[in-house]
Amino acid sequence: MTGSTSTRTARLSALVRPGRARATAGFGLAAVLLLAVAPVLLSPFRLGLLGKFLCLAMVAVGIGLAWGRGGLLTLGQGVYFGLGAYVMAMHLKLADAGPGGVPDFMLLYGTGEVPGWWEPLRSPAVALALVVLVPAALAAALGWAVFTRRVRGAYFAILSQALAAAFAILLIGQQQTTGGTNGLNGFRSFFGYDLADPVNQRMLYLIAAGVLLVMVVGARQLMVSRFGEVLVAVRDQEDRVRFLGYDPAAVKTVVYVVAAVMAAVGGALFVPIVGIVSPADVGVVPSIGFLVGVAIGGRATLLGPVLGSVAVSWAQTSLSEQFPSGWIYLQGALFVLVVAFLPGGLASVVPMLRRRRRAGREAEPEAPAAPGDAPSPDLLPEGSRA
Amino acid sequence: MDTLLSQLFAGLSLGSVLLLAALGLALTFGQMGVINMAHGEFMMAGAYTAFVIQGLLGDPGASLLVSLPLGFLVGGALGLLLEATLIHRMYRRPLDTLLVTWGVALLLQQVARDVFGAPNVDVAAPGWLSGAVTVGGLALPRTRLFILALAVVCLVALAVVMKATPLGRRIRAVVQHRDLAEASGISSRATDRLTFFVGSGLAGIAGVALTLLGSVGPTLGTGYIVDAFLVVVAGGIGQIKGTVIAATALGLLQAFFEYSTTASVAKVLVFVVIVAFLQVRPQGLVSVRTRSLA
Repeated sequence: MTGSTSTRTARLSALVRPGRARATAGFGLAAVLLLAVAPVLLSPFRLGLLGKFLCLAMVAVGIGLAWGRGGLLTLGQGVYFGLGAYVMAMHLKLADAGPGGVPDFMLLYGTGEVPGWWEPLRSPAVALALVVLVPAALAAALGWAVFTRRVRGAYFAILSQALAAAFAILLIGQQQTTGGTNGLNGFRSFFGYDLADPVNQRMLYLIAAGVLLVMVVGARQLMVSRFGEVLVAVRDQEDRVRFLGYDPAAVKTVVYVVAAVMAAVGGALFVPIVGIVSPADVGVVPSIGFLVGVAIGGRATLLGPVLGSVAVSWAQTSLSEQFPSGWIYLQGALFVLVVAFLPGGLASVVPMLRRRRRAGREAEPEAPAAPGDAPSPDLLPEGSRA
Repeated sequence: MDTLLSQLFAGLSLGSVLLLAALGLALTFGQMGVINMAHGEFMMAGAYTAFVIQGLLGDPGASLLVSLPLGFLVGGALGLLLEATLIHRMYRRPLDTLLVTWGVALLLQQVARDVFGAPNVDVAAPGWLSGAVTVGGLALPRTRLFILALAVVCLVALAVVMKATPLGRRIRAVVQHRDLAEASGISSRATDRLTFFVGSGLAGIAGVALTLLGSVGPTLGTGYIVDAFLVVVAGGIGQIKGTVIAATALGLLQAFFEYSTTASVAKVLVFVVIVAFLQVRPQGLVSVRTRSLA
């Protein structure tokens, strides 16, 4: 943890960041596009859609860290997305009902009284804190329980999927207090701002874009940190990391919690932008759906999950209306082909072509590890048997 | 007392459905390490086989008896196709296999939707399965009893195949030591294919059985796949004994929790019990001892 390894760390970080200037420039360009160009060019409707996609992309950033970097195939991110979304939605419902008021759907289906566990959410500060704390606590408890017992690989994937199934079933079953299948919808205001006002909708979009950009920067810092290096090491050779004196369970739990919080924040912003959250957004199918964009974009890269997720959401929205069945074939086939034959995702195509070209020239027989474009940290281990 | 007995029967019945769904998985996941998310869709294919056969034959009794072996073949053929095209390339990447087969599941669901339509269809149960048998004041539906019996038959058949036939010996040999099995003249490629065929075929049979319990829709399989995988995980891989115990236990737990709370809370409680159980035995109920790090 101290000075003796710092030179090595520096060299490793140099491997992990190919062209820092280029990354900064790319990030700046993305920021300008999202924050300045898109709000001017897009109609309010399109802007709202983009805002929704950005919320889903936040989940993807977390999955990229946990799955791409940490090797944790989490099939239950819908749970954390849903927890964030429901906490926010419950607060908005209570705020709409006014002090001491009862949300409309409870009058319709429930006892007409607000259950005790809803009450704390009347306070905006508590609601904002719980958006982060509830998913973080669940992820920490579950992650710690599972990872310290070395339940891993496929076992972890199946457990996380079962969690998503149980969560969705629970939400549907508790119609009086969660809205059941209908979910929660019909929000009028967001922390005092009228949601019907286009100016406020644009503001929400800008918040989502800003939060996503912050998350991407945070994910990058995490990737190039010592933690990020240990994380990749845990993914590739967990036992060896343990023999070196690290605790893989702690590393995995931390990245699992980070991914959960990112998903929850995405969910919390999804609610005011889209105007509804229901069990259909959080169950098994949407949970795996989050992975599709990540896999296609490139799971272990920084921007692959974001771009892949936004592209898939966009394609889904624009294609599924015209060709509902065709879109599912396209999505399924693309997903199958990419995961089976291009595990690095589309992000791995360019480096692969570049390497081919270099190999084709073969004029200068140089060592493969030229630091500028060493592909190793981003590539997936072929034999990462769980 | 009566409620206790009826809960017991409900639990056993649920356990037998789980067992039918999980037996094939125990083979493909347990023996081969392949996580096949399309297993549920093979069940769906079996269920639609029963629907088509009934449309052709008309008589519910005869069509059920024809559907069972045919469902096995349909499920097995789909499994063989999947193994030969995709899965055999990915034995070293189990997590990616999971995702690929999920994509395949998505495609199969859409195929079913395009061929048979999105609304559910019904398969009539034969007359000799309608009504209930009354045992000591307890009404046991005949369809449930039939599924219970079918699960036992499948279990025994699988156990016999694994223990006493050349195919079973080859499967066990390949699982225990692939290279040594190859060196002894066993084609591990052919064994893999056969294992997958049998495992997927069992899904087809499970699908036919499910038509007795409810209507058939494109998403029939997704309702069972999560529970079936939980059974295999809790039971421990590599041994069918564990799967049987886990399926029964989960069925009983679910039934008793449902009785004392609601169906949705019961699901969550069962999940909590499984996570807690894995704290005690991370390898599941019955595990094959190996010297690998775990």
